[in-house]
Formats: sequence, C-alpha cells, structure tokens
Amino acid sequence: MPPDSTAAPLLTVRSLSVRRAGRSVLERVDLELHAGEIVTLIGPNGAGKTTLVRAALGLIKADHGAVTRAPGAVGYVPQKLHLDSTLPLTVARFLCITAGCSRAAAAAALVEAGLAHVKNTAFQQLSGGESRRVLLAAALLRKPRLLVLDEPSAGMDVSAQRDLWELLARVRERRGCGILLVSHDLHMVMAATDRVVCLNRHVCCTGHPESVSRHPRYFELFHGAPGSIAVYTHRHDHQHDLAGQVRR
Amino acid sequence: MAEDFLLRALAAGGLTALVAGPLGCFVLWRRMVYFGAALAHAALLGIALGFLIGVSPQAGMLGVALLVSLAAVALEERAQLASDTVLAILAHSTLAVGIIVLSLTAPAQSGLLGYLFGDILAVSGADLLWVAVTAAAGLLLLAVFWRRLLLVTLHPDLAAVDGVHATAVRLLLMLLLSLVIAVSMQIVGLLLVVSLLILPAAAARRVARTPEAMAAVAAVAGMAAVAAGLQLSLWFDFPTGPAIVAAATVLFALSLAVRRR
Repeated sequence: MPPDSTAAPLLTVRSLSVRRAGRSVLERVDLELHAGEIVTLIGPNGAGKTTLVRAALGLIKADHGAVTRAPGAVGYVPQKLHLDSTLPLTVARFLCITAGCSRAAAAAALVEAGLAHVKNTAFQQLSGGESRRVLLAAALLRKPRLLVLDEPSAGMDVSAQRDLWELLARVRERRGCGILLVSHDLHMVMAATDRVVCLNRHVCCTGHPESVSRHPRYFELFHGAPGSIAVYTHRHDHQHDLAGQVRR
Repeated sequence: MAEDFLLRALAAGGLTALVAGPLGCFVLWRRMVYFGAALAHAALLGIALGFLIGVSPQAGMLGVALLVSLAAVALEERAQLASDTVLAILAHSTLAVGIIVLSLTAPAQSGLLGYLFGDILAVSGADLLWVAVTAAAGLLLLAVFWRRLLLVTLHPDLAAVDGVHATAVRLLLMLLLSLVIAVSMQIVGLLLVVSLLILPAAAARRVARTPEAMAAVAAVAGMAAVAAGLQLSLWFDFPTGPAIVAAATVLFALSLAVRRR
C-alpha cells in the first residue's frame, strides 16, 4: 500500500524545540507521518533522535512548538529494557502485561514472531536481539496505527536485521500502520524507507532515500566535509567469481 | 494459654506481614531498599514531631515519610547526586534531628529503645485497628493498581504510552511504603523495618515463577516468620522484634536450598 499523503497525518510535529539544562537539543523540527508510510530518523550521536521520538510520543514536553497525534493505539519499541533479576517474569507473561492481552493472544503473537521457543523463558535471559523482537511483538499486539521504534535493529545480526525490515514492510502493507523509526543501519534504511529525515538538532535534509543520500548536507554529516578524511564506502558495479575474477 | 496481648501481637504482626510481603517484592524489583531504610530512619523524626505538636505518632511518621519521599525525588533531580547518597543524607539527617527533638519532648530516652527495636507485645486494641485498616487499604490499592505498578516497574515509558501516569504510580508506591513502614515500626522497630519488607520477598524469589506467586509466597513467609518469632520469644524470652527477623532470615536461608527453576 503506497503512503496516502492526502489523508490527515497520523503524527504532526510543528516547529518543535526542546532544551535540556540550558542546551538546545532540538530546534524547530517539523515532521509528518502518514498511514502506510515508513519514515526513518538518521543522524549522528547526540543529534536528538531519541528526544524527538520521546516528544512525538508525548513522553517529554516541548519548550516550543506542537505535537499532534491522530487517535488510535500507539506501539512503542524502546531502545532497551532492563529488568531486575529478582522479577520472575516469563516472555509470555511480559507480553500479557505490556499489551494487556490474554495468554492465548500472547502465545499466538510469539508464534507469529518466530519466538515460540522462548515463550516460557525468563525475560532477563533473552539476548539483546531476542528481547528487541519480543518488544516489537508486544507493540504489535496493541494493534497500533502508529508504530514507533528506537533503534530496533541494534544488537541484531545481519539476517535478523533483514527479517526485521521485512517484518516492518509486511506490517505496513497488511495493517497500514505509519512507522517512525530511528536507525543507524544506513544501508537498510536506504532500501526500506519511504522517507528519511536527517537530523542534527535541526532537520538537515529530508526526502526520499535516494535524494537524501546525494544531498551535500547528508554527505557532510556522515562522511565528513568534502576533502577531509571520509569513511571509505564503495558501491559495487561488479561481482567477483569464485576465482576472484571480476565479472561485470 | 493464649493471652490477649499475644493474640493482638500475632494479629498485628500477621496483618503487617501480609501487606509487607507483596510491597517488599516491589522494593526488590525496583531496587528501593535504601529508600525504605531512609523512610524508616525518618520515621523517628515523625514520632518525635508527633509528640512536639501533639498529633499521633502514626500521623507524624506518615507526614515526615511523605516529605522525605518528595525531598528524595527533588534532590536526585537537582543536586546531581547518586540516589544512594541522597537517601543516606536524608536518613541520617532525619534520624539525628529526630533523636534531638525526642530528647526535648520525652523524658530522658524513655521510649527510644522501643522505637529502635519495636514493641509488638505492647500493641493496644486501637493500634491493632490502625494496623488492620492500613493493611486492608494497602492490599486493596496493590490489587487495584497491580498491572499499572508492574508496567511502570518494567518500563516507565511503555507505561506512559499505555496511558498510565507513571509519576502518579511511583508516588502511590512511595505512599504505600510510608504507610507500611509506619505500622511496622511498632512490630520490629526502625532498625529492622526493612528486613520485614525484603527478607520474605527475597525468600519468595527462589520458589516463584510469576510476580503474583512471588507476592503471595512473600506474604505467607512473612506471616510464618511473625508467628515463629512470637513463639520463640515466648519460649526463650527473646526480644520479639529481633526474633521475628531472625525467623525470617531462617526462612530465607531455607529458600537458598530450593533448586532454582
């Protein structure tokens, strides 16, 4: 389902500014998210990505500007969740509490997410990637219209990352959710996102992944200023065969 | 032969343990042990101020406990100090001022030992009523807010996205803790109050597989410790509060032998 930009947006951020301890964290940020759209926030450390996500969810107050969300359930996948080891909690029970659902619904969601084998595992024993997938399953159980994920692919191996992005594409397709996410995973972002917002306290540039990756501001932010030392990245215009010979 | 004072002691101790068990689970899960200790120290100031301005010790303890809760939250945000430092400052300053005020209002050290170690055998009918009302209110609030309390314990932001007022739930927990510490003061005294919260909960952790089971086992373990402590104190003339805590420690030690599932 292509994003429908004529309908009212699920999320509107207008001229949002946030200050913390006298330091400006976000300055006049604008953002819109429509149903069926995947928007990814990228930017260096300290760019205010998490702050923007938290403000969009209404978890922190804006110093200036406004955030409006269309009515409907919100699914949120936080960056991490630490549980004290004294809390006896299985994964299934964790889903029941966070999603407010029945045991049967939690079990079905775990099967769907390919996590049936950890159903009765203590939440604290999950690996980083597994716990993130459980958090995502919990968010989806709430049948959200708006899904917000803060670095969902951190701590996942490459195949788990690919699965995650495929899952997000499926969720968008089937349920028509609007999805807002923060990611450092630039290659995946460029392949799987409708719109990229490049943030560095203010919105540096925004648009379709192709156009953003050619934007000079994006280049400065992620590869250093032109002429300075840049992280070496290259595009393959060829493949190697088993003997190492170049095949075009 | 069951004397009336023994029955009152058993009822007051049992009811306190019944609500201290589940609440103690949250103290463990949320790492609020130091907070509980600070409230216990501050309770002495509450008792002393109660004497000074002529209100009941319970009201004094509750008032001071609430002020200390708010001060702890405010200091942590403003003073850029770690929470254990903030709580130690609050605990010791309120204890020192409490002892000073007590020395002004009460005849020389009269009740100090009773406040430090509790005096469960001196529980009056009116005391028992106050314990019963507190325990009932505490259990009711815990039951009504159970899912919200758990959700805030798991992740405050997830709770907030779910429409739960995380700060209000945190304040509720502080209020419950203040209430339970105020009633526990007479049972085991300020030096041992925290153990009534954490020993039964810690023992329950070894055998429980769900939060609810841990809360229930903690309540039962606490009540068993109260009964055993009273019995020990009757047989061997031990001081009762410490005997209760010793019994709870034995239960915890036994729980260590349970193979962790």
